[in-house]
Amino acid sequence: MTFTLILEQTFNGLQAGVTLFLVAAGLTLILGIMDFVFLAHGSQVMIGAYAAAAITLATGNFYLGVLLAIPVTFASGYLLEYLIIRHLYRRDHMEQVLATFGLILFFNEAIRVSFGPAALFSDLPPSLSGFVEILPATPYPAYRLGVIIVGLLCAVGIHLLVSRTRIGAMVRAGANNPEMTAALGINIKILFRFIFATGACLAGVAGMMLGPLTAVQPGMGEPLLILSLVVIIIGGIGSVRGAFVAAIIVGLVDTLGRVFLPAILRLFVEQATADGAGPALASMLVYILMAVVLIFRPTGLFPAKG
Amino acid sequence: MKRFITVCAISAAMTAGTAFAETVKVGYMTTLSGGAGIIGKQMQNAVNLAMEHKGGKLGGMDAEIIFADDQRKPDVAKQLANRLMKSDRVDVVAGVIWSNLLMAIHKPVTRNGTLLISSNAGPSPIAGAQCNKNFISMSWQNDQTPEGMGKHMQDAGIKSVYLMAPNYQAGKDMLAGFKRYYKGSIKGEVYTKLGQSDFQAELSALRAAGAQATMIFQPGGMGINFVKQWKQAGMDSVSKLYTVFSVDGVSLPALKDAAIGILGTQTWSPDLDNAINKKFVGDYKAKFGAYPSFYAAQAYDTILAIDHAIAKSGSKDTAKMRSILAAGNIPTTRGNLKMNTNQFPIQNIYLREAVKDADGVVTTRVTGTVFTDHADSYASQCKF
Repeated sequence: MTFTLILEQTFNGLQAGVTLFLVAAGLTLILGIMDFVFLAHGSQVMIGAYAAAAITLATGNFYLGVLLAIPVTFASGYLLEYLIIRHLYRRDHMEQVLATFGLILFFNEAIRVSFGPAALFSDLPPSLSGFVEILPATPYPAYRLGVIIVGLLCAVGIHLLVSRTRIGAMVRAGANNPEMTAALGINIKILFRFIFATGACLAGVAGMMLGPLTAVQPGMGEPLLILSLVVIIIGGIGSVRGAFVAAIIVGLVDTLGRVFLPAILRLFVEQATADGAGPALASMLVYILMAVVLIFRPTGLFPAKG
Repeated sequence: MKRFITVCAISAAMTAGTAFAETVKVGYMTTLSGGAGIIGKQMQNAVNLAMEHKGGKLGGMDAEIIFADDQRKPDVAKQLANRLMKSDRVDVVAGVIWSNLLMAIHKPVTRNGTLLISSNAGPSPIAGAQCNKNFISMSWQNDQTPEGMGKHMQDAGIKSVYLMAPNYQAGKDMLAGFKRYYKGSIKGEVYTKLGQSDFQAELSALRAAGAQATMIFQPGGMGINFVKQWKQAGMDSVSKLYTVFSVDGVSLPALKDAAIGILGTQTWSPDLDNAINKKFVGDYKAKFGAYPSFYAAQAYDTILAIDHAIAKSGSKDTAKMRSILAAGNIPTTRGNLKMNTNQFPIQNIYLREAVKDADGVVTTRVTGTVFTDHADSYASQCKF
């Protein structure tokens, strides 16, 4: 367990964290500001990944694929809100859960019908398939480093958007008191649609970046959805800053726990028990973390409304 | 009561009318929805192709195949098995990809006196202490394939190995099978989350462990993820990758060149040189535009086995079909298949390598035979 291994694993955790943040950022705004339970956010990840992979396959250029996929995901979020979601705002949470769960099934089946059930081929762009020395003699994949940088840039961008712009001020006002915001003459409907489409777009970007790393297949976004729900609970529902901090924490805890926990357990119990209990315990770590946060800070680390 | 009378009337009419043209009904259960839907789709294709090759008949009898989607859930599988037996009144229940699903339906189906034929799963309890005479495997026992890998790596003189498999029963069976024949140093034995998509953290740890070789069992989408990330992390310069059930007709179209050169063991390969296999692979490619996976080949073999059993016994009676199949010598894509006392196949385990074919499509090619007529390790525990 050398220093370089710990450093490398920290980078892996960061990469998982920023990806998670891109998914959670939109979800926390949708849940916190719009008070809407949206389970099909993982489908936006899948749509982003498929759009980028399909365009990359057609054009042969990864960057062009991503560039063209961004408006596709924004448009898909915009249309989804316009066609379906806006009719559900006044329904109770249970009905929203049912409707958006139905959307998951719909999107998975739609992708299967149009692209087939097999995973789509996607690979790293040649320019990013090399390695970068993060420390002397510690190579790290350039693409993953790129993911971390893009994720952090997105985080800075969202932060500036929310805290420095007029739209951001409207979003914050909408989060605190939607009725009063509407009374002041802000078109809350358009604001919601914009938030929703932006959230879909951010999740789509996460999918585009995951595409070359993982299997682009129906249902690929769902494991991320569960973890990003954990993230927004830890971070505080509706808080982008909370989502960022919590996503990084969850990414690090999950990655480092998975790798080091079985090794640590082996120091205390015998090998066979450690091999059995280690992975099980490691996969529970983030949920244990969530439970602990809920005990001491029931509204999350950075509650949006206060 | 009225319904009961109707049923009686219909069955009476059917018995009278079909005295010379019996229909055999096969309930084929596989996973058609969800992330593993591609596996089930290939199996369904292969079953349909087999029926086409047999002219829609099994052993000369009119045949009907009823497909059922188990959604990869044991409870759904159990309900479907009941529906197939009680309401569809099938003569054979076949298919089943996953070991945990087969465990769930094994008792209800075999106790009902219905023949159960596995096209894939082969968990150890069913091969050993909990075996039942109404169960036939047309695939393998879980341990057989990794045993081949263990023997190959032992024979190749590999000094140290790092093992990785998902944290569930089949994952543990696979590594246990591997260790039965591999006696070198094991530098690490890591159980990953079932359905894990990012293995970068495990790869970093693997790099630090410094094992000469790595052996993985990561079926389906997990195999795509693992091999992609292995290549991207430049792991080939650190360790040599060996696989079981991870690089196959399901993952190769998504991996393409990244898979070339990777070794694995398997009981079947598209290039196995026998007439049945050539016809199957050729027609499958022509019809569906891609190489079949081993899942598809085993599904095809399952239909051939039912055809063989009915043709030889002249009956769709469970006991008669069973006794034909238990005798072995079943024509399949793997040649004439022998059967062990627990009704699991005794078969060759091949070493296969991912290569490009003449058209530039990535497939697998047999490069050697690790075991000839390899029997599973649990047959001695099986008493009918």
